[in-house]
Amino acid sequence: MTNVATAVAEPTRRDFLFIATGAVGAVGAVAMVWPFVSQMAPDAATIAAGAPVEFDLSPVGEGQIVKLFWRGKLIFVRHRTPEEIKAAQDVNLASLPDPQPDAERVKAGKAQWLVVYGNCTHLGCVPLGHEGAFHGWACPCHGSIFDTSGRIRQGPAPVNLPVPPYAFLSDTKIQIG
Amino acid sequence: MSGHSTYVPKSAVGRWFESRLPVMGLLHSSFVVFPNPRNLNYFWTFGGILSFMLVAQIVTGVVLAMHYTPHADMAFNSVEHIMRDVNYGWLIRYLHANGASMFFIAVYIHIFRGFYYGSYKAPREILWILGVIIFLLMMATAFMGYVLPWGQMSYWGATVITNLFSAIPLVGETVVSYLWGGFSVANPTLNRFFSLHYLLPFMIAGVVVLHIWALHVPGSNNPSGVEKQTEKDTLPFHPYFTVKDGLALVVFIMFFSWFAFYIPNYLGHADNYIMADPSVTPAHIVPEWYFLPYYAILRAVPDKLLGVIAMFSSIAVLAFLPWLDTSRVKSATYRPLYRQFFWVFAIVCVLLGWLGAKPPEGGYVIAARILTAYYFAHFLIILPLLGLFETPRRLPGSIAEAVLGKQGSANAMASGAAAAPNTKG
Amino acid sequence: MTMINSLRLGAAALAAALVLSAPVKAAEGTVQPPRQSWTFAGPFGSFDSTQLQRGFKVYREVCSACHSIQLLAFRNLAEKGGPEFSEAQVKALAAEYKVKDGPNDSGDMFERPGRPADRFPPPFANKQAAQAANGGAYPPDFSVIAKARTYERGFPWFVIDIFTQFQEQGVDYITALLTGYEQPPAGFQVPEGKYYNEYFPGHVISMPQPISDGQVEYPKDADGRPQAPETAVQYAKDVSAFLMWAAEPHLEARKELGFKTLVFLLLFAGLLYFTKKRIWSRVEGHAHA
Repeated sequence: MTNVATAVAEPTRRDFLFIATGAVGAVGAVAMVWPFVSQMAPDAATIAAGAPVEFDLSPVGEGQIVKLFWRGKLIFVRHRTPEEIKAAQDVNLASLPDPQPDAERVKAGKAQWLVVYGNCTHLGCVPLGHEGAFHGWACPCHGSIFDTSGRIRQGPAPVNLPVPPYAFLSDTKIQIG
Repeated sequence: MSGHSTYVPKSAVGRWFESRLPVMGLLHSSFVVFPNPRNLNYFWTFGGILSFMLVAQIVTGVVLAMHYTPHADMAFNSVEHIMRDVNYGWLIRYLHANGASMFFIAVYIHIFRGFYYGSYKAPREILWILGVIIFLLMMATAFMGYVLPWGQMSYWGATVITNLFSAIPLVGETVVSYLWGGFSVANPTLNRFFSLHYLLPFMIAGVVVLHIWALHVPGSNNPSGVEKQTEKDTLPFHPYFTVKDGLALVVFIMFFSWFAFYIPNYLGHADNYIMADPSVTPAHIVPEWYFLPYYAILRAVPDKLLGVIAMFSSIAVLAFLPWLDTSRVKSATYRPLYRQFFWVFAIVCVLLGWLGAKPPEGGYVIAARILTAYYFAHFLIILPLLGLFETPRRLPGSIAEAVLGKQGSANAMASGAAAAPNTKG
Repeated sequence: MTMINSLRLGAAALAAALVLSAPVKAAEGTVQPPRQSWTFAGPFGSFDSTQLQRGFKVYREVCSACHSIQLLAFRNLAEKGGPEFSEAQVKALAAEYKVKDGPNDSGDMFERPGRPADRFPPPFANKQAAQAANGGAYPPDFSVIAKARTYERGFPWFVIDIFTQFQEQGVDYITALLTGYEQPPAGFQVPEGKYYNEYFPGHVISMPQPISDGQVEYPKDADGRPQAPETAVQYAKDVSAFLMWAAEPHLEARKELGFKTLVFLLLFAGLLYFTKKRIWSRVEGHAHA
């Protein structure tokens, strides 16, 4: 083995070995991190508990707003009066911050039932029902005003109260989720 | 943590930062260019392994605390919730539970390395005592951690160990009820143990910093026990010892993985999968394996107070080791008699551990008494006398000489690996 | 020389102490359960889902009258690495159970059909009720029973177990216990209302023999023969396997990930070994290290 040969051959072999070792070590370190990140996600019990819930509409009188929870999130079920429905429908969509017709926010033929998430889209407070200029909801935290369709009309909230996934099982029963 | 740094950052931002907070220089001088004795063997990799284990225990522990409920009614089920429902919860819990055992395996090897090579001797007495403090904190942490799953062994282990303090004359009972926060081990006890179990590892981390600081004043001891003198005796920490420590760590993690993945309950007790029941004591109460020798010493003494004193003394005596060992030679390599006593002592410790797992009756008690007496005799009689009577072998003049032999040391100026004779593989 | 002599003396004393202590163990004489062969043993072990399904049937039709399994949820029965019932089967099964829920809007607790997310409802409202119904003995919960039972292996087996990965003491014990009902030996007094069991610590057990041949009907294969023998021994094995899964539902995932981890670490250690060798080859005196 001459000095020349070592001087030429060694650096490349060594470089390859060092790079391979470093790369494998880096892969291992990343793999090791994954379980610790993954454990932050909702656990199996929490996900299973998020199974759809059924809700009986018959006790909810006209004009009433009922609160319920699905997956730990607050949901408003509002039995709207004809005036409230009319107010929600007779709106110039172009004037809304987040334009959406009322018909898209309720199920066809069930315009009296409005089902929306109950946390303000600004920073998550619970708006008060039947309050504000539009008699929908008014958020006490930062003054967002929602109409009787749960759409944002005034204030800092950027979008309408979202509609959760739900379906009518019968005329008086809905399933959320 | 050593002297002045010669580190100069390459970038202007680095220099700006370094002149205000020289932390990179500190790390550079402590873990990059730090001169380590060139002859360190693999027993010196356990310091690095222990650092890793401390971090691993803290990381897995913090994660477990996110899912665990420290309440007597819910603790057991919350642990099972981690095992069943949390993503990779089973992995993280098994790593943490087995990690405690791995931590102790590593620390025992580390301590016995110190015994064998005389690492506790001047100028490393403070370093050694800090190590004893870390060991005590580890034991407290491990004990309180074992209580948290609130199984039968948790509960009865907590009961037995806290009752040790009732042996204190006059105030014993009061001390115990303060430890419990009640009149028995119950929810308040579990709550405070959880709080302290979370706190102590950070105290350990603090003492570890002091431990490394104290280490970097004289630098590591080495298998020859001769202090480093010239540059020939040393090699920079990086890359020589980073790669060596890294290799040892990965092999250690393989050992750890074998337990955590394949036999995760081997080192635990089946009884701890039964929820704590204050009305039934398990037939056979034993602490975790790493406490068994001390448990044997406790039970070997027929008097309650003296038993407790003996148990605590068996650890306290370690702090006095630098002065109990009167020999001026550090390494057992050059102490023919000490080397034999070292192995006898190691076997005695293992046997004490075995006896700690046996019921306290008949021949077991007699054996435990003999071995307990020997344990203390080792520190209090054998080591002080040995230094006076033993004739050590001739010490090498330097580390380089120990590695390269006399000739190699003489012509060590000659560079080039192939030139030097290889005496020490 | 005196030191060496005292050393020898010490060693002799040690040996004497050990010899003294050895016979004590032998006198205790616990009966070790026979070793069974399990599909989930060893580094590549996995559950046999059909066996777990049979075991669940035995648990449900026999054990569940007294023994709760409160940490197990219906949904677990459909999970991978378990009995692997279909989602529909689990939903139907859950609906057969009554689960306590509430309070409702009028403040009353009520019962509703179970859902996959629910855990198995216990047979008794609380521990006291269970004891009252079972002559003062509490039938233990089965959620982690397979890990909560063991027997002493003794030296040198407990060392060998590390290498053979023997972790099935609990299931071996349960299988042995279920089939260990015997006539007590002559002179052995079994109290009224108690039973003799070869493998139960102390031999006196409050539970009467729970299973006998033909008690549980197993699913039939294409030829109309039962999938496995309808015998007490087979029931015992199947329910033990089911209990092992219930105690360690991620056993398969654990062993799979363990294998991947060890293969990776072996590769990494190999690379590090050669890297270390190369780096240290620069050092004088370590040319061949």
